[in-house]
Amino acid sequence: MMRAFSALLARDLRLAARVGGSGALSLVFFLMIVVMVPFALGPDLNLLSRIGPAILWLAAVLATLIGLDRLFQSDEEDGSLDLMTGAAVPLELVVLAKVTAYWLTTGLPLALSAPLFGLLVALSPTAMGATALTLLIGTPALAFIGAVGAALTATIRRGGLILAIVVLPLMIPTLIFGVSATEAALGGTVPFTTPLAVLGALSLIAGVIGTLAAAASLRWSE
Amino acid sequence: MRLIVENLACRRSGRRIFSGLSFTLGPGEALMITGRNGAGKSSLLAMLSGRLKPDAGTIRGEDIGDAGLPECLHVVGHRDGLKSALTAQENLDFARDLLGDAQLTPGEALAAMGLPHVARLPVGYLSAGQRRRVALARLLVCRRPLWLLDEPTAALDLASQDVLAAMMGRHRAEGGLVVAATHQALGLEDARELRIGPATAEQVLDERIEESWA
Repeated sequence: MMRAFSALLARDLRLAARVGGSGALSLVFFLMIVVMVPFALGPDLNLLSRIGPAILWLAAVLATLIGLDRLFQSDEEDGSLDLMTGAAVPLELVVLAKVTAYWLTTGLPLALSAPLFGLLVALSPTAMGATALTLLIGTPALAFIGAVGAALTATIRRGGLILAIVVLPLMIPTLIFGVSATEAALGGTVPFTTPLAVLGALSLIAGVIGTLAAAASLRWSE
Repeated sequence: MRLIVENLACRRSGRRIFSGLSFTLGPGEALMITGRNGAGKSSLLAMLSGRLKPDAGTIRGEDIGDAGLPECLHVVGHRDGLKSALTAQENLDFARDLLGDAQLTPGEALAAMGLPHVARLPVGYLSAGQRRRVALARLLVCRRPLWLLDEPTAALDLASQDVLAAMMGRHRAEGGLVVAATHQALGLEDARELRIGPATAEQVLDERIEESWA
């Protein structure tokens, strides 16, 4: 069972690194949004640093959507999904491996690069650390919620827009607690760990429900 | 293993494609599914592989232990399940790890298909026939008793068709089962033939009445 899991994980990571894979794309998209904001708002450093964590989180939510439509669709199109249905492991494990690979190529780089991109929106060192930590804990929730939408739209041609409309509302709680945890770290009446714990809980819940729901919708895609 | 199909019916997009299909396949037997275009040959294979829900009827495997039917079969169809960006070797390695019960190594399987030189080439660079042969090599890297083949000879040259016929013969000699949807003779000796006929006009009419009431 572990062998199949690691084979799936290695394959998706390898595909993301090859030509045509979406490996670095979402990171570049993330950078683009963060770079655009100071141009739009003007050089008001106080304003930027106040809304900086919110901008980084919003950019992370949007960047997660890049490449999400291909998560299951590319396997559905070329018949790899038929192969995975016949695997010696349950489809839930297949989904778990694919979403983990997806998170490793999108969510994790976003979280790790957040301190660097925080410089562009004049974040304080504390805010940089807090944003990176909340993104690290919160982006798995985004990936698993997105996987449900990706599985539902796997057989729809040009399903990317429908996917975004379906999953974005479901990502709102994660966004709220991600930003509020970051702001709690910078002072305020709420202790840092309270929203952070909720954020962690959201990721765990999304991990369970997202895996089961995506596998169920892939199993009977017609 | 034995494959038992009883009274199977198929519905696509609300239209009944075929119904009342029954057959039994024992060890070493082969079944050729024939019929005009759109008769439901590929749909039947999709239902056998577990990717499509039957509208009615049952599909069972006997003597397969605890495993489910989807874990006992290989599918090679039009959508070949190969990733263009990965090499033939990587594709077969992945199939071997995913499907389990390894038999030949990817190198040996490619050599058996007459393609030892493409192991390190990305599958996207291969011709349609070579791609099909890489997909067929998957049959050899993992041991599974039931082979579902959807027009396996499409794009294959004559020499490769002979190789495939020999492969299927060996598989059946070891007690394996072959179900192939095809328009041409595949070199399957004493294979049974299942012809999926068109639904009769009466049936179609019944359907319409049923649906207009629903």
